[in-house]
Amino acid sequence: MSRYAADVLALARKDLTLELRARDTVPAMLLFVVSALVVFHFALPSSASPLAAKGLLWIAILFTALLGLTRAFVAEREQRLLDGLLLAPCDRSAIWLAKALALLAFLGIAEVVALPAFALFFSGIDGETVAGVALADIGICAVGTVLAAMAVAGRARELLLPLLFLPLAIPIVVGGVGAGVADHPAKYLGFLALYDAVFAIISWASFEYVVAE
Amino acid sequence: MLAVGRRPGVPSRGHGRRGRGRGWLGVIRARGLGRRFGGRRVVSGLDLDVARESFLLVTGPNGSGKTTLLRLLAGLLVPTAGELQVDVDRARIGFLGHDPLLYRELTAVENLDLYGRLYRVPERRERIGMLLERFGLWEARGEHAGSFSRGMLQRLALCRTLLHEPELFLLDEPYNALDAQGAELLDGQLADLRRRGATFVVATHDPARLEPLTTSRLAFA
Repeated sequence: MSRYAADVLALARKDLTLELRARDTVPAMLLFVVSALVVFHFALPSSASPLAAKGLLWIAILFTALLGLTRAFVAEREQRLLDGLLLAPCDRSAIWLAKALALLAFLGIAEVVALPAFALFFSGIDGETVAGVALADIGICAVGTVLAAMAVAGRARELLLPLLFLPLAIPIVVGGVGAGVADHPAKYLGFLALYDAVFAIISWASFEYVVAE
Repeated sequence: MLAVGRRPGVPSRGHGRRGRGRGWLGVIRARGLGRRFGGRRVVSGLDLDVARESFLLVTGPNGSGKTTLLRLLAGLLVPTAGELQVDVDRARIGFLGHDPLLYRELTAVENLDLYGRLYRVPERRERIGMLLERFGLWEARGEHAGSFSRGMLQRLALCRTLLHEPELFLLDEPYNALDAQGAELLDGQLADLRRRGATFVVATHDPARLEPLTTSRLAFA
């Protein structure tokens, strides 16, 4: 296994172990997404179009992801543990990739519950919507992890992260909703894939500068 | 070698060996080194040369810049002025700061295993076991670091610092929270590493303790 892959694996395993022990992030994300869908179910008029419900799904996913992102660097922030990772001889982008992969796992777990819940409360989920969710998750985690690291260093962390993340997440929402409702979802899925590729590369390259003091 | 020219704020890709200046055999060289936080200059105009196998003792009152200097040398901070060259790979630097840099939810062994993997320590498990035993933490190896006392955390942090057999040690108040036995262990460890040719930069409020090992001093005002 390459050194880079080994470092990413060690760091991601660390994040997954921490979450298994602390059970901080995933339960909060699960509770939030289910609660949001329940509230949407009662808030949406019965005469509303099914397309509106698809939009609400993306709101729930986006804010669930935001919840996960605000907790992504909690240990590193509160216990100043980022220093330990920055001292290590691994490439600093490995920290970003490991954190993004862990977050992807947490978001995936939340969506394994959220998507059936959506199907129960609103309408069925087709393959294009699932593909859109999967592609969107990659983009959310790639961009969100860098922004979460940026926000950690700042003062108004809880305010800064949504301010940075939500505008960058709009293309994800456009692509995700489009993939679920359009007659030709392929172009929206292609758009999401392009977004993921571009922002993953930007995030990978810029992480070192984000964490440098 | 971490070399920061007159473009502060641009981090290097990390420490590594590069061609040294003519005749320079040192480990650390700083010229006009400075670091500010907002409008406040914490380190300013510092010239420093640390030779290989030397023991530099850094003293000074609280807030004088000792910790900032160590963080600059470790690459955790980027200088905002001057030049800094550290002719040691990041993999061969051992840093002990005010924070133990240990995950509370991981056990002692898990913490050291994580760092051991990141530093690619050979025979990692054996080395971890040896260090835990040496610092009296073997019995507590399966306990979460969050349950450790401050002194035990400091011992575990010392294990973390020594794990990858650094050649340059940057230690900030290494005797903090150590009881008499722990302090004696550390005395012996430092003396042994000194004999083996390690280079040290140590910030302390107790210089008398390290006087026998010291080859040079830097006093912050």
